Amino acid sequence: MSAATKRAASRWTDESMTRRVRRRYLSERLFRGAGLLAISLSVAFLAFLLWNMGSKGLGGFSQYQAALPIDFTKSDLFLDPATIKGPDARTTVAGADLSTAIANAAERAYGPGASLMFSDAAADRLTDAIVANPNMLTGSSTIWLPVASKIDVAAKSDDGDPAAEKLVAELQQRHALKRTFNTRFLTGSDATDPSAVGVWGALKGTFYTILVTLLLAFPIGVLASVYLEEFASRNRWTDLIEVSINNLAAVPSIIFGLLGLAVFLDIMDLPRSAPLVGGLTLALMTFPVIVIAGRNAIKTVPPSIRDAALGVGASKMQVTFHHVLPLALPGILTGTIIGVARALGETAPLLMIGMRAFVAAPPNGISDPATVLPVQIFLWSDEVDRGFIEKTSAAIIVLLLFMLLMNGLAIYLRNRFERRW
Amino acid sequence: MDMKEKMPMTPAAPAPEMPAIDLSHQPNLAEGDALIDTSREPKMCADKVGVFYGDKQALKDVSIKIYDDLVTAFIGPSGCGKSTFLRCLNRMNDTIPSARVVGRIDLDGDDITSSAMDVVQLRARVGMVFQKPNPFPKSIYDNVAYGPKIHGLSRSKADLDEIVEKSLKRAGLWEEVKDRLQESGTALSGGQQQRLCIARAIAVDPEVILMDEPCSALDPIATAKIEELIHELRGRYAIAIVTHNMQQAARVSQRTAFFHLGELVEYGKTSEIFTNPRQQRTQDYITGRYG
Repeated sequence: MSAATKRAASRWTDESMTRRVRRRYLSERLFRGAGLLAISLSVAFLAFLLWNMGSKGLGGFSQYQAALPIDFTKSDLFLDPATIKGPDARTTVAGADLSTAIANAAERAYGPGASLMFSDAAADRLTDAIVANPNMLTGSSTIWLPVASKIDVAAKSDDGDPAAEKLVAELQQRHALKRTFNTRFLTGSDATDPSAVGVWGALKGTFYTILVTLLLAFPIGVLASVYLEEFASRNRWTDLIEVSINNLAAVPSIIFGLLGLAVFLDIMDLPRSAPLVGGLTLALMTFPVIVIAGRNAIKTVPPSIRDAALGVGASKMQVTFHHVLPLALPGILTGTIIGVARALGETAPLLMIGMRAFVAAPPNGISDPATVLPVQIFLWSDEVDRGFIEKTSAAIIVLLLFMLLMNGLAIYLRNRFERRW
Repeated sequence: MDMKEKMPMTPAAPAPEMPAIDLSHQPNLAEGDALIDTSREPKMCADKVGVFYGDKQALKDVSIKIYDDLVTAFIGPSGCGKSTFLRCLNRMNDTIPSARVVGRIDLDGDDITSSAMDVVQLRARVGMVFQKPNPFPKSIYDNVAYGPKIHGLSRSKADLDEIVEKSLKRAGLWEEVKDRLQESGTALSGGQQQRLCIARAIAVDPEVILMDEPCSALDPIATAKIEELIHELRGRYAIAIVTHNMQQAARVSQRTAFFHLGELVEYGKTSEIFTNPRQQRTQDYITGRYG
């Protein structure tokens, strides 16, 4: 007995055993190190992305304005202050050639090179000012108007167009230049002039598209997963369906775009570039993701709960809808978040169904022509004008915030439905 | 080492002494036996019941009668088919796609295996308590009220409140939970959860209650409470209980069925099974030779 005890004790302290222990500790340390490295790398990537977007894009939310002294008596606007009233006031003013008046006034104030110093959006701003105060047309006044993209770029950086830089220097000397928050970027739509663009149209398009996607993919996906998991008998057909759905989730998104083009536009003749078609196409893409997540969530509901409900005489339907589905809902919602987030960032299939068109007005419904944020970003990134660089980054920031908002909402819903055990 | 000396595995050995199962502790044994009247109609009657899982036969030719006011215990080693048989009695085996049941099981003379029997109503009439306490992740009140709600057994909220209170009282849980009916049922202790499950089964006013090893996940004190409860419920419901614990079978039941390898080896009065078994296999099992 005592000999055996001694031998056992020595076995745990001899050299090969100590070496084994040391190796075990080493491998554990190495693994921890590798894990830490992976985490810090991903954090670094994220920080780089945010810093890059932030530093480039924040400028897109501001806009330089310049003071324009304008003498309306010398401009050939032919506008009578007495006629500018009522609901038609804006139309009356907009009918006049304000752009030319602005160009002439700028030339008079800052020299011949300054005729194009104001943005396309300046005429709109002047219209607003005149509608607000028609009596200004009888005299001369100074108003602040957004500058053209070239001037804006020159004011924000030091390596802009030489002529523009010179004009900026002069404007600054005369205290006729100020930086303001670019509200038009949040309220406007696409335009050819980068200083006049906005994301509102694309944001609205995204909202309608995702709405259509969600309204179609969520109920269909949940019902499909419930039926497959709880009601369908297992045979060759359900196996085939399962394989098909899994494959569908892995199909490249551009294929869905081609499918949408062929089915929704060519066969069903739905309106081109509309959120309806975009939403339908993205729903096709999101649906398999929701089905897979839903089935997994339903599988994790413990069988004891089903037994309990069946044991008191609940029907199959009651077991499913009273017990299984509520318990699976957090998992289903997580899958839906993943699917919708993917759809939200999707560009390729929407290009195929014509959502890359130039749309200068925000859509008012799911059948109006529209574009979505990722496509808008893609379109702007393709533009030559330097002013679009910061607008692209700014739009990315808006897209990220939109996604954050949607995910936050989904997480809130998930936590509300989650039951603690 | 010591065990082997006491209980040799050779069949030639002299018959071992009967185990130290104290039947005098069974409170209503004499009364229970006195209630047995062979001329009386059984509540449930199984006739040559067999169960197949795919091609494998898990249970063959089981014939048992279960009476209204008696507790019937099913004992036997693991995998002997006792739980399978219990789950036939309210057709819980329907949920296993590969399971197939043959033979006839009557509830008050109606064949429950026929397609004419509505399985939802059957399960309301034949309630079940499971091995692991499985309350719904809802409030205590909702746990008990769920059955009456789906079967439309209450006409008003006050009615439902009364059913919940009565069921919890019968399950011996009312005093412990009456002030926290809206708390989650899963927050209770294991023993309380199991009594909640019994209350949930009682709430739909079943005729038969099936219990599948209801105490195997509980500590001895909680077990004692459940056993006490079974005594109190006897007479109101026909009770069938599966148990691994022979002492428990002796304590709570008036009839015992011994299953082995998918067969019903012996079925009779509990006192006789434990003191004077007719079959060698029964004797070997209750004396601890296998199982």
